Amino acid sequence: MALMFAVSLPLLAAFLCWLPPLRRMAWVITIVILALTLSAACVTAWQVLLNGRFIAIAGWFEADGLSALLLVMVTFVCIVAAIYSGGYMQHETESKERLWWFYSNYNLFVFSLVAVPSLARVNLVWVAVELVTLFATLLVGYESTPGALEAAWKMAILTIMGAPISLFGFLTLYWAFRTSGGGTAETWQSLYVMASTMSPNLLKLSFLLVFVGFGAKSGLAPMHTWLPDAHSQAPTPICAVLSGMKTTIPLYAVLRLLSIVLRSPEARIGEWMVIVGLFSVGIAAFLLLQVRDYKRMFAYSTVEHMGIILTATGFATHAAAYGAVAQMLNHSITKSLCFYAAGMVLLALETRDISQVRGLFRISPFAGGALLLCSLAIAGAPPFPIFLSEFSILSAGLRSGHSAAVIILAVLIVIAFIAIFLQVNSMLFGEPSHVATPALAPRSCRTAVLIAVAPVLLLGVYIPGPVHSLMTLAAQQLGGH
Amino acid sequence: MVSAHTQLIQGLNALAAGLVLLAAFAMVTTRQVQGVLRFLVVQSLFVAASAFLIGFNRGSIDLLALGCIMIASKVITIPWVLRRMLPADLYERREIDQLINIPTSLLIALSLAIAAEFLVGPLVTAAKDPVVQANLPIGMAGLLIGAYSLVARREAIPQLIGILAMENGAFFAGIAIAPDLPLIAELAIAIDVILIVVVVGVLTRNITRTVGTTEAAAMSELREEPRTWH
Repeated sequence: MALMFAVSLPLLAAFLCWLPPLRRMAWVITIVILALTLSAACVTAWQVLLNGRFIAIAGWFEADGLSALLLVMVTFVCIVAAIYSGGYMQHETESKERLWWFYSNYNLFVFSLVAVPSLARVNLVWVAVELVTLFATLLVGYESTPGALEAAWKMAILTIMGAPISLFGFLTLYWAFRTSGGGTAETWQSLYVMASTMSPNLLKLSFLLVFVGFGAKSGLAPMHTWLPDAHSQAPTPICAVLSGMKTTIPLYAVLRLLSIVLRSPEARIGEWMVIVGLFSVGIAAFLLLQVRDYKRMFAYSTVEHMGIILTATGFATHAAAYGAVAQMLNHSITKSLCFYAAGMVLLALETRDISQVRGLFRISPFAGGALLLCSLAIAGAPPFPIFLSEFSILSAGLRSGHSAAVIILAVLIVIAFIAIFLQVNSMLFGEPSHVATPALAPRSCRTAVLIAVAPVLLLGVYIPGPVHSLMTLAAQQLGGH
Repeated sequence: MVSAHTQLIQGLNALAAGLVLLAAFAMVTTRQVQGVLRFLVVQSLFVAASAFLIGFNRGSIDLLALGCIMIASKVITIPWVLRRMLPADLYERREIDQLINIPTSLLIALSLAIAAEFLVGPLVTAAKDPVVQANLPIGMAGLLIGAYSLVARREAIPQLIGILAMENGAFFAGIAIAPDLPLIAELAIAIDVILIVVVVGVLTRNITRTVGTTEAAAMSELREEPRTWH
């Protein structure tokens, strides 16, 4: 039952925020209900740990290790972003009477994000992923400024264009499933079972189409051009969810399908994924060097991390899959923290231009400290969790015999590290460019940062037993040997 | 031995496939928004016709329902939603701005159709089903030509129609390769397509209000300018 609660509670929240008498309390309603959703997700994860799988409605709503992990990540990132939005939206938005609309839409967005990992029926996963894109588009264009609308438009065209392409892919997948003797109940689990008997050509075609369609949604190069625009123009709490989860969720569907194709012995596709992944990492690393807007900087870093996750899955060993799952988790929690810090800088200084910010430490120590911490974490410095997962991906790649790819990946990660550091360094130190602001960021923003920082600090030095077992289960779903 | 009845149905289905492709070409060569929308409706009708033919022949309720869903969503609801949501002058005011002129576009569309034939060729010969042989290549061609018109046209509504034409291509192939897709999935997909139209429509309306135009060329404020290090 917990899984059904996790899926339906955000819908309830969206409805309550829409009800006219409750509109003034939209923020509180959102937080309370998302807290319940988070606990439902944790209960689901606990059940998965005990039984290996959790079946709410057989053939429709099921959770295994990978989906349980995603569920907990989504609900955690979304509730922290909702807390952050309280003070931030009061400060930034000009249309306060439309805030209920913002929260109603936000809850629908959370619903679609939660639905993707909970659904077992593959064709409905396509529908849910498309819903994610649509609600995200509305949220990016919320401010109705020319910049925000342009960003929303670019995102809509590039990502919705992927919809028919990936639909074609899913229909081909269904064809492959049916012709090899599967019933009409096409779930992820039954696909895993049938993978080795399905026609490799059909599998490859369907994977290619889904990859093009969903790859654009997860911001893989060269279809990443909408991502920095959307992430610089959207309200900051939305950026946190967009970067942390909205890119990860379509990638989750791609990785599931990839693991099915990898189980088919004749379809050799892992090497291709390594190349495509490295291409994304490379593009992002060099764009990071020349970016001028700090929100865009974190957006390009998302492209980099999506590439790393794809590369790791392409290595196709269990150890690399574990690294990919860990990287997904670590990237989500760290990247949302990055946007919270960036949002506080924006609240204090009202500029997004890196070259106009100097001496941030002296202007606002809290925002400066948060920015320093999150950039260290996202760039992959020890002792932060991304360092651990990147290290395990590199070593798994070496052991699987992809030494050339590992060397390129390592060099690109170092370039990205240096780029982020040059940029952040120029913002943090030097003569202050603005007068020091005595007023701190809103209390809800500071609370959200403190909550978001806890897992980033913890997972770098100690991985709790349940989290480790959940990640191991998830890595098994991603396959490899 | 294939009965004469089945052969007739298959012939009619091949005719519908040809007309779907023709409608795709017509969409590329038409310059008025109204006309493009009208050809989209015509194409959707042929897709539905194919679903009815095959469904009737095989006695498949799913396919008949798919045809009804197709007509309800693409022929009735979506044109109505577009007309309700957007000011009329967006349709009638002017001809569509295009990057590439019409004869070249037609040539590109033709070569895309041939490319589609090659892309799915091995699968089609392996399938041996005449319905698949008609629908799969044409569906893929519809998808590619729709994608091309999306890239070549620089305005909001024609771009949205391009996406819908791509969706028609996917559906047309789906009739052959996934005829027994559960009804709930078909329904969810159709609702999703309508939602796409609503969301893009809302966005277009906001853009016309704020920016004053829906030409994509006017929206190029956000881009990367190289940073100078000193």
